[in-house]
Amino acid sequence: MAITGRRVGETLLKVENITMRFGGVKALTDISLEVKQHEILAIIGPNGAGKSSMLNVINGVYHPQEGKITYKGEVRSKMQAHQAAAQGIARTFQNIALFKGMSVLDNIMTGRNLKMKTNFLQQAFYWGAALREELEHRAKVEEIIDFLRIESIRKTPVGRLPYGLQKRVELGRALAAEPELLLLDEPMAGMNVEEKEDMCRFILDVNDEFGTTIVLIEHDMGVVMDISDRVVVLDYGRKIGDGTPSEVRGNEEVIKAYLGTSH
Amino acid sequence: MFYRECGQFKSGYAADQAIFPILQDKIAMGVLLAVAFIVVPLVATEYWLGSILIPFLILSLAAIGLNILTGYAGQLSLGSAAFMAVGAFAAYNFALRLPMLPLVVDFILAGVVAAAVGILFGLPSLRIKGFYLAVATLAAQFFITWGLTRFGWFSNNSASGVITAPRIMMFGYELTSASSRYLLTLSIVAVFALLAKNMVRSQIGRAWMAIRDMDIAAEVIGIKMLQTKLLAFAVSSFYCGVAGALWAFLYLGTVDAQAFDLNRSFEILFMIIIGGVGSILGSFLGAAFIVLLPIFLNVVAGLFGSSLHADTASHFEVMIFGALIIFFLIVEPHGLARLWQITKEKLRLWPFPH
Repeated sequence: MAITGRRVGETLLKVENITMRFGGVKALTDISLEVKQHEILAIIGPNGAGKSSMLNVINGVYHPQEGKITYKGEVRSKMQAHQAAAQGIARTFQNIALFKGMSVLDNIMTGRNLKMKTNFLQQAFYWGAALREELEHRAKVEEIIDFLRIESIRKTPVGRLPYGLQKRVELGRALAAEPELLLLDEPMAGMNVEEKEDMCRFILDVNDEFGTTIVLIEHDMGVVMDISDRVVVLDYGRKIGDGTPSEVRGNEEVIKAYLGTSH
Repeated sequence: MFYRECGQFKSGYAADQAIFPILQDKIAMGVLLAVAFIVVPLVATEYWLGSILIPFLILSLAAIGLNILTGYAGQLSLGSAAFMAVGAFAAYNFALRLPMLPLVVDFILAGVVAAAVGILFGLPSLRIKGFYLAVATLAAQFFITWGLTRFGWFSNNSASGVITAPRIMMFGYELTSASSRYLLTLSIVAVFALLAKNMVRSQIGRAWMAIRDMDIAAEVIGIKMLQTKLLAFAVSSFYCGVAGALWAFLYLGTVDAQAFDLNRSFEILFMIIIGGVGSILGSFLGAAFIVLLPIFLNVVAGLFGSSLHADTASHFEVMIFGALIIFFLIVEPHGLARLWQITKEKLRLWPFPH
């Protein structure tokens, strides 16, 4: 069960009537949803329902043709991905998108790029402010490494790590930005039960300790029902359900989308 | 002395992030610098200093430049020689038209001009990637050498398009001997290599590598594509520009735009491929391979003396050189720097098997 002591706050992100087309294909049709502060929202749906597109719209990778997105009370239009990052939105990817040639430490350090203020000339001399900054952020990154229990692999190139650990490093890189809103695209795909349990624990801890709002896409219904406060269901680019896990479980349309109808 | 780091504990992040965290590396680097700065000028002949070591160092610098752009930021470029040409001609013009400037300032300004031109030709990189970008930089290669030949102003209207370096003055002394030119080149290259190493282990270097490895993820964590890519072009061209200025002033003395043709660009590209893409050390190793190996082969061919016809011997040299390039790329596609790293990893355990 989700931790009940957390206070779910005001609306953090509001998505209204989003329609996203790729040529003639409608990936998202007239979708509206709200994300409240400190909550864990799960987006579920069959393959091709538009879940990943939804995340891409939220963090500015895709630009929807219609609709309005309000983040922290501010309406945004045509925002670039790096601007979304500057506003405190971080994410992980469905297919791991780590920087393969770099070590775990460097990957997570890269996640802190927005917090670093020195310019490349100062960094070239690796002196004074640049050195201080590098060490300060290293200390922060070590906290994340401790949190995710990946101390032993900090100097390992991520390409050499097993899949489960790569997913964990990717979470670390997203956390390094100290985001307010964290988007997780199938954080548990392809993991075994133990790895899933670890990942769930990390997600709940992030939510609990740092107060981070989390939107996650997940296919494992057990996980979704256990850790999320609210569930949004998409099917063929439309929203067909929205509510607490138990409400969604009883929703006729959702059952139809997942199990089909009898003829 | 074994190459082993056991017992070298680090009690702070500063020690862990040091440029040579392992004591043996620190000592080796110190010895290498001492040899390069003190022993080599004393023992090397005029020919070795002037015709082998100086070009080796300058090409290493250009290779570092290309490595920043291609190895670290992942933007393939075939225009490095053109940026060297820009640097050479810019330094010439600064020295000619603003004679009060000290020599080193000329070199740095030459780098800045090359950086500006680099940014201009880097603009297409925002839209195109990989081989297509290489073709766009190829345009820079042809356009710049054409422009420098076509417009007489760049070469002070010399009839042949050749520029001649002025007398090299440092602190009131004229640098005429090969060893003094060697020392100046070595100092500049050493300083710029250190600065490059610092950049690639800082935030900017991580941003470059992030763009190289996964550009969408890089943008999603807040890295600005435009700025970061153009900065890679600027810094890379700066290095190539300084290398070009050194090439004209400290190596050849007189030079025309054709000295910086496409072949030179390819040569620099081969250096980083053989030396190690994404490695500062690799830039030196690659330059050493390309510059020194043919000379070594030449010496070996000389040992056979009269048993080989001169033509046959030189053909053999080229063939063996080509075969060695292929051999090294098969043994270690990531270059000599990676080979060196593997050797060090093995040495840490040697002589115990586990």
